[in-house]
Order: sequence, then C-alpha cells, then structure tokens
Amino acid sequence: MSGSTIIFYMLAALILVSGLLAVSTRQIFRAAIFLLFALIGVAGLFFWMQYEFIAAVQIVVYVGGITVLIIFSIFLTQQAGEKMPKQKLGRQIFSGLAAFCGFAFTMLQVFQHSFIGTIDQPLEPNVANIGTQMLGVNKSGYALPFEVVSMLLLVSLIGCIVIAINPEQEIVKIENSITITK
Amino acid sequence: MFTPGLYHILLISSALFFIGVYGFLTRRNLITMLMSIELILNSVNLNFIAFNKYLWPDKLDGLFFAIFIIAIAAAEAAVAIAIIINLYRSHQSIDVDSAEEMKY
Repeated sequence: MSGSTIIFYMLAALILVSGLLAVSTRQIFRAAIFLLFALIGVAGLFFWMQYEFIAAVQIVVYVGGITVLIIFSIFLTQQAGEKMPKQKLGRQIFSGLAAFCGFAFTMLQVFQHSFIGTIDQPLEPNVANIGTQMLGVNKSGYALPFEVVSMLLLVSLIGCIVIAINPEQEIVKIENSITITK
Repeated sequence: MFTPGLYHILLISSALFFIGVYGFLTRRNLITMLMSIELILNSVNLNFIAFNKYLWPDKLDGLFFAIFIIAIAAAEAAVAIAIIINLYRSHQSIDVDSAEEMKY
C-alpha cells in the first residue's frame, strides 16, 4: 500500500464517521462540530484528487462560513447543554431502512455500470484555466451562470436582511427619530 | 481492488448522501435538518469532482458545477438561518412540529 492509498482511506473514514456522528448525536453543538470535521474531510479529498482550487473554496466557504453561521444560529436559538428529545424508534428504523435500501440500490447500479472516459489530453485544473473559462463568453464559457449566481447572492443577501430584521425595533427607531426631529 | 479510484469515491459520496438523507428523515430540529442538507450537497460536489477527474479530465465542467453548487448552498444556508431565527422569535422553538400552522 502506498502513502496515497493510506491517506485516502483515512480521509474516507474521517468523512463517514464524522458524518454519521453529525446526524446521530443528540447534542446539537456536537453535531455542528462533527459536521465541521466531515466538511474538512471532503476538502482533504479534493486536495487528494489534486483539485486545489475547489478544496480552498470548500474550506473558505463551508468550513469558514457556513459552519460558523450554523454555530451562531445554535447560540441564538438553543439553550446550551440541552439535549434534543429522543426520536421515536419506529421512525429511526424506517429512516435507516430507507437510507440503506437507497444506498444498496445506488451501489448496485454503479458497480454494474462501466464508465468510459475520454482519452483526450487532460486540462490542468489550475486557477488560470478556471478563470479563463469561467469568464469566457465563447461556446464553453460560463459567464452567464456566473452573472446569474452573482444576482442570486445579492437577492439572498437582501432577502436575509428583510426576513431577519426585527419589525418592533424598526418601529421604535422610527418613533425615536420622529421625536428627535420634533 | 484496494487502489482508490472512481468507484471508491462514488462509494464514499453515495454513503455520505444517504447519511444526509437519514439525518433529514430522523431529525425534527430545523438547524440539524439544515446540517443534513449540507452533507447531501457536499456528497454531490464530491461526485462532480470525481467524474471530472477520472472520466473527463480534458474539460472543467464538473469543477464549475461544484463551484456553483457551493455558491448556491451558501446563499441557501443564509436564507434558511434567517427564516429559522425569525421562526424562533415568534414561536420560541425551532422544531418542525411547532411550525405546522402553515399546513392548512
């Protein structure tokens, strides 16, 4: 066994074990921490496949952004140290069975199928190639989806502010400003 | 057999996907359901990158799909957490069972 193989199996074990613990532990803060480790494992697998750019994006956005957001929302909505109530056994068994059957079916299909790849010269996934193709407007360029995603980010940003703003505080502020101007 | 290749990564990503599905079906807390969704999206990203590396290394399309999925997942998580905090403010709870008056 070479070093690369050993690293692959360690990353696989990290992803699967911490993913399982993230969906099965009853303390919500621990679930967030296990989710963090699963995301780091996925980023490590991207590094293992030598897609460094996407691994860096994964660490910056998921590990640095979404997990911190989730932890903040746990602090805002949950009493610390309180365990989540136990689920009904019937539901757990049913969900486990459904997930396992889906997994077995998918694996059966995957292992029966033989994938045929291309034999063309590989394109290096470095930042220069990614940037040229992402902002290209020719046949294989991704300029339009890029613009659409930037619009989506703007819309979701404004939507978040509108949803999460506290309407009562807003009224108080407006009343205060009226009294100040009087 | 034990040298890692496309099939091994597909095994890991589908296992991660169904772990997320299990979590989504069993959890009743909105934040943990959101965590399960993040796991599912990550397994999809893993699939796209693996197909790009092992089957079509002459193109970058799988990588672009993964980048756009990450961007959309970030937007989705932000909106979902805003909704969850708003729900907590009005119901003092983030269980899905406490938010069932929209059902009718």
